[in-house]
Amino acid sequence: MYLNEFLMLAAVIFCLGVYGVLARKNAVLVLMSIELMLNAVNINLIAFGAFRDNVIGQVFALFVITIAAAEVGVGLAIVLLIFRNRADIDLDELDLMKG
Amino acid sequence: MLAETMVAQNIVFGILAVTMVAAAFRLVTTQNVVRAALFLAIVLAGAAALYILLAAEFVAWVQVLVYIGAVVVLLLFGVMLTRAPIGRESDLDNDQRWLAALVALFLLGALGAVLADAFGDDKIGHITIRRTAEVSDSIFGAYVVPFEVASVLLLAALVGAVALARRD
Repeated sequence: MYLNEFLMLAAVIFCLGVYGVLARKNAVLVLMSIELMLNAVNINLIAFGAFRDNVIGQVFALFVITIAAAEVGVGLAIVLLIFRNRADIDLDELDLMKG
Repeated sequence: MLAETMVAQNIVFGILAVTMVAAAFRLVTTQNVVRAALFLAIVLAGAAALYILLAAEFVAWVQVLVYIGAVVVLLLFGVMLTRAPIGRESDLDNDQRWLAALVALFLLGALGAVLADAFGDDKIGHITIRRTAEVSDSIFGAYVVPFEVASVLLLAALVGAVALARRD
């Protein structure tokens, strides 16, 4: 197997995640797209771990999974709070910081 | 024997790659929030299968337990609690879709060019199967400080999520 097979697949998934983050209005769908991007990074880490024939890639992937779990927990709490305050999670309507 | 294994690995990789890209594409284009969560589950399961293919068993099962077991369920709870329309809806994308597609395509082109240039024909040769004991030796040996930091981070995220989401 070529290393690039895995890296290219991860690049495609990462770019689809970028598209999702930029093009979606629903906050939960944006969180899902972020998960997609984090998974692409994990695929890269595991593939490099296998390529370099060591275990460090797997250790880093485990740390990324941990942080992704924390991220989605806090992210959903924020989304729920926005929903409670505004009864809507349309990100285009959240323009409080716009000058 | 070795050649046959490599052919089998390549076939499995091809199937997984096509499935994952198709599911990821549908995830970012579907107009149904619940279906998007299910497509996310497909992508995550495909990633777990890729880890098995690369002989990273422990990470694969952590992926199944944490991502498919917890994160997808959490996202479905998010869909439910924010009363997103369960059925089909045409208002999930904003009007900068074409710009977003342009950015994603540009990024893909740049990444693809760099990867093709840097790792043109590097092959993953013999894959050593790493037992869970080796992974844990590394985590609790060389990476014990990041491990402790990660546990404090999880605690902080837990407290933060409760503090944000509670009603009073």
